[in-house]
Formats: sequence, structure tokens, C-alpha cells
Amino acid sequence: MTSMTTTTEAAAVATRKLTYVKAFNEGLAQAMREDENVFVAGEDVAGYGGVFRMFDNLLDEFGPRRMIDTPISEAALVGLGVGAAARGLRPVVDLMFMDFIGVCLDQIVNQAAKMKYMFGGALSVPLTITTASGAGLGAAAQHSQSLEAWLAHVPGLKVVMPCDAYTAKGLTVSAIRDDNPTVVMLNKVLLGSTGEVPEEIYGIPLGQAHTARQGSDVTVIALGRMVGEALAAADELAAEGVEIEVIDPRTVQPLDTETMFASVRRTNRVLVVHEAVTFGGLGAEIAAQIQDVVFDYLDAPVLRIGAPFSPVPFSPVLEKAYVPDRARIAQGCRRLLERS
Amino acid sequence: MAQRASTASKKSPQVSTAVIKDLHERMVRIRLFETEAGKLMEAGKLPGFLHLYVGQEAVGAGVMTALRDDDQITSTHRGHGHAVAKGVGFRAMYAELYGRVTGACLGRGGSMHINDLTRGMLGANGIVGAGVPIAVGAAFAARYKGEDSVAVTFFGDGSTNIGAFHEGANMAAILGLPVVFVCENNGYAEFTPQSAHMLLTDVADRAAAYGMPSVIVDGMDAVAVHRAATDAVARARSGAGPMMIEAKTYRYFDHQGVKGLRHPYRSDEEVAEWKARDPIDLIETRALADGTATRAELDDVWRRTREEIAEAIVYAEASPLPDPADLLLNVYSG
Repeated sequence: MTSMTTTTEAAAVATRKLTYVKAFNEGLAQAMREDENVFVAGEDVAGYGGVFRMFDNLLDEFGPRRMIDTPISEAALVGLGVGAAARGLRPVVDLMFMDFIGVCLDQIVNQAAKMKYMFGGALSVPLTITTASGAGLGAAAQHSQSLEAWLAHVPGLKVVMPCDAYTAKGLTVSAIRDDNPTVVMLNKVLLGSTGEVPEEIYGIPLGQAHTARQGSDVTVIALGRMVGEALAAADELAAEGVEIEVIDPRTVQPLDTETMFASVRRTNRVLVVHEAVTFGGLGAEIAAQIQDVVFDYLDAPVLRIGAPFSPVPFSPVLEKAYVPDRARIAQGCRRLLERS
Repeated sequence: MAQRASTASKKSPQVSTAVIKDLHERMVRIRLFETEAGKLMEAGKLPGFLHLYVGQEAVGAGVMTALRDDDQITSTHRGHGHAVAKGVGFRAMYAELYGRVTGACLGRGGSMHINDLTRGMLGANGIVGAGVPIAVGAAFAARYKGEDSVAVTFFGDGSTNIGAFHEGANMAAILGLPVVFVCENNGYAEFTPQSAHMLLTDVADRAAAYGMPSVIVDGMDAVAVHRAATDAVARARSGAGPMMIEAKTYRYFDHQGVKGLRHPYRSDEEVAEWKARDPIDLIETRALADGTATRAELDDVWRRTREEIAEAIVYAEASPLPDPADLLLNVYSG
């Protein structure tokens, strides 16, 4: 089935089915062809092509000057990116698993994010950090987290969360073209999923939400992989005569709240879903902003769905119970509609 | 292959008169900038923290006289000396210490973030060790663009206990990048003596772990530092990879500010011993003895610098404050 994303935005251009990871790879390769200053550095990105095949064939095309295998040294890796960006290059550094961000957070939070500001605007840091996030592969607590809330909390950073092949390519291209340090949170479960992707290079504007499905009864704001789950829940609910509107923020920093407010004004009910833990997650921020601005339009409190406050479990039965899914989203929508 | 640190030759070095005068002037500029900043802080005129470089001038001056304008440096929380020696202007620096909009960071950074990209000064840094990987990145960019500039990263003895230093050193070595690692070993990590924070006597020994040559120099002797830096920079520029210099030096003032706040963590005798080998006294004695300069010429440097500093402080105090309406300025590009 062709996604709404493709039909609404890419109808006039030549597309074909690509996997999420190939779409990312194609966007990166095209961005490297577009700008000689773009290079990639990370662990096993060149010779091995990345543990998730994100960088397949790039060494063949771009050579060892632009595809750099580094030691397992995330602090030095991100720092290399910061220093190179400060000197005019457009580094793409890969952190493999998002959980590894803990060992290089200083370079991201205190250096990359603040350098332009602290230096009085004397430079920009056009650094892109790619990383694979999310649960669902039995990778356990240190290889499964979704830590977007940590990063979205830091002024100076941008954070994007592609939900399908189309956004994996377009958001990556925009992240590389953007003059700010930007983290691209790919989702591990989605890497092999397929979608229609234009052949040409294209960027998706950062800070613009996308309405993935229109509906009048409930607004569901879904992050990353939860967009697909929300669309599946929408199909289920449609059979019951309930039409939900699904909003994909695409970028969680900056966050396009206007699109959300406009939707809530029409539906009067809103559910926010992400696979990160609920406590202190983006859902809390979105709920707070909605009650600030469109409180009078709400017929029910904003409902948040996220993971319980626990590390990501290993055993598949626990992991399945941990990560929100279409059934919980549908159930949440029904609960919202029970209130009047 | 492991390599032991070598000790720089103690024999009388041959450097030109111009270099001696340059070293002297840069050291005087640092000394006066810092002592005046210390007075302003004690007078309650400067907000925030102040980590003064007095005592360590020979290191900043010795390295910077071996660099070109397009060579890049990353600095530390104790960064004023590096900035002054790299050629950052007094006006922008004092104005920043005062939090004025004319400052090097438009009043957004303060003492620990002074930078000047036109001088290759990639910033002081409030996080210990964090400048090391950034210098590695700057060196990477130079090589990527086919330029022959080098990057120098300054750090203290204390910062060689943090991961960023070790990761950065190994990264520079394995990528063969033109980075010169300059350890300013002033004997203390904040208030903790070196003997209490590492078992090594010479920080330079750590370079061997990364296959990097190293040299130990007298960090109170600007000429010795200059010669060691000239060699290391030439080596890096030629493509032979990174190298480490350990300069044994001393911090006259406290970790932060001018005077110790609580218990004495070092003895008056120790401080006096180091001050007896003051780097500026050393170079003046040498210059007068070998006829490189006359007393009048040296005094003239002090006089001119004092005037320039007085003017810069007046400029800073007269400069406008940042406008709170501009709180979000430069958080993002575009």
C-alpha cells in the first residue's frame, strides 16, 4: 500500500520502492555528490558499510578520504565532527546505537550545541549525527532506547525522527544541508521496511509536521515508528466509524506545534504516542503546549502513551508488552471518545 | 612502538633576536592582561569566573611564536594567555569579561569561551579535555581541504585523566593528523597536586601509549618552548603526524581568581621557588646579557602594553550591555 506521505508529497516525481535503510543510504550518497565538504566518519562505516548496512557501497564511490573508519571512541568521533564543522566541513558522524550517546554527550551538548551561541555567532556547526534508536529487536536495555527527549531539551540541537523510507531520505538530506548540529534518529525496526521514494535528491523541511492521515474525531501525534502504528490503529478504528487524524512531527526540535493546535481545534481530542518512556517524554511537552494554547477546544485531557518507567527489557514477551503499539493507540482513542 | 619522552636540550638555544623580542612582548601582554583582569575581579567589576594564566606565559608565547595565523588552537578554561598570544585583541577580550555586547562572544560566553576565528583561536573551553577532540577535527579539516595548517591543543596535567584526551590522542595518531598536543603541566588539577591524581611523574609518558613521540621542556623558558614547538609544528606540517610537548610550568594565582579561598593547598616556599624562575625575568635577563635588547627597549614594551590595556578597559567599560530582547540570538543558524 502506498503511504499517504508519498501520495501527498511526491505524486509528480518518479518513485520506486526502497527500504528505509536504502533510502537513507541514497540520500546520504546524493548529499555527498552535491557537496564535496560532506564526509562520513564512524566505527565500521567505511570498510564494513555500517553494522546496519547504512553505508553500503559508499567507500567504493567516495573512497577513504570521505569515508573514515574510526576507533571506538565516540567522544573523539563527535569532537572530530565538531572541529571539522567549525572549520567549514559538513561532517556526518555515526553513533551506531543511540544508547552510545552517553559516552559522548559532552561533545554534543556542551560543544556542538553551544558553540555558535557561546562564540557570539562567529561560526556555525553543520554537523549531522546519525544513529539507530528504538526497541523491538531483542537488543535489551543498552541497545534499544529512544532518547529524543534528552536531545530536544538542549538549545542549539535539532532532532529528526524518520518514520518511513520517504522521510529517512528527505530528513537526512535536510539534516546534512542544515547549518546546525542535527541528530538523525533512524529506527532499527523500520530499517527493512519499504516505501515509495523519489529517485532525485530532496529535502524535507525541518520543523514542519506532516499530517499523515486526516480525520475528525481524535488527533494522534505519533513519533518515529509510532506513526506507522498510529496509521494501523486508524484503519482499525475506521472500521468502527472513528476517524483519527495522525500527525507526524518529523522533527521534534524544532517542534511544529501550530499544525498540532490546528488539528486539535477541529478534533477536540488528542493522544500523543512515543516509544520512549512516558515520564518527561516529548508527550509531556506537547501536552503542556496544547493546554497552554488550545485548552478551550479540548473535550478531554490530553492522553499520553509511552513506555513504562523501566529500562527496555530483553525477553521478547516483555519487550512486546513494553513498547506501545496499534492496539494501545486504538484503545486510547476509544477512551478519549468515551468522555464527552 | 613505545617511545619514551625525550627531554629538550638544555644547551644555549639559537633563536633570532626578533623571536626573543616577540616572545618577550607576548609574555608581557599576557602578564599585564591577566594582572589587570585579576584587579578588576577583586574590585567586583567582573561577573563570573576568572582562571588566570600568570606564571605560564612562556608556554603560550613559546608555542604561538611557532605558529602561523592560519594554524588553529583549542584552549582551556585557563585560556586568556592563549588568546592574547594568538593575537586576539584586548578590547574584545576585556569587553567580554565585562559581559558587554562588544565582547569576543557578544557577551554570551565570558572568560571561558573567548574565541577569534580570524586568528585561528577556536575557543577557550569550560569542559576539561573537551578541546582536544575539537583540535583533532580542525586538523582533519585542514588535511581534507588540502591545506598545510596544523592544530595545537592546549590542556593541563589534570585533563590527561579524562577520556576525551585519550580518545583524541589515539584518534589523531591513527589518522596521522597534524596535531600538536601541548600539556601545560602546572602541577595541579584545580587544587589536587599531580602526585595525588596520577602515578606518573611525566605526563609526556602518556604519549607513548598512542605511538606518539613526546618531549619535555622547561615551561618557564619561553625559548625552550619555542624551539620544541617549532620542531613539533614542522613535523606535523610535514605530514609526520601528531606529537606531544609537556611543558613543566606553574600557576602563580589560584585555580580560580587571585587568592585561595580556603585551606592552603601549596606552600609559600613552593610558590616562591617557582617565582624565582619567572619566565619574563628569565627572558629579560637573557636579552640584556647577550645584547638582544636594552633595558629601555624592554621597559618600552611594558609601557606600551600598559597604555593599550588601559585604553581597552576604558573601551570595555564604556561599551553597551547586551539587550535582553536579544536573548535568543545565535542559538541557531538560519
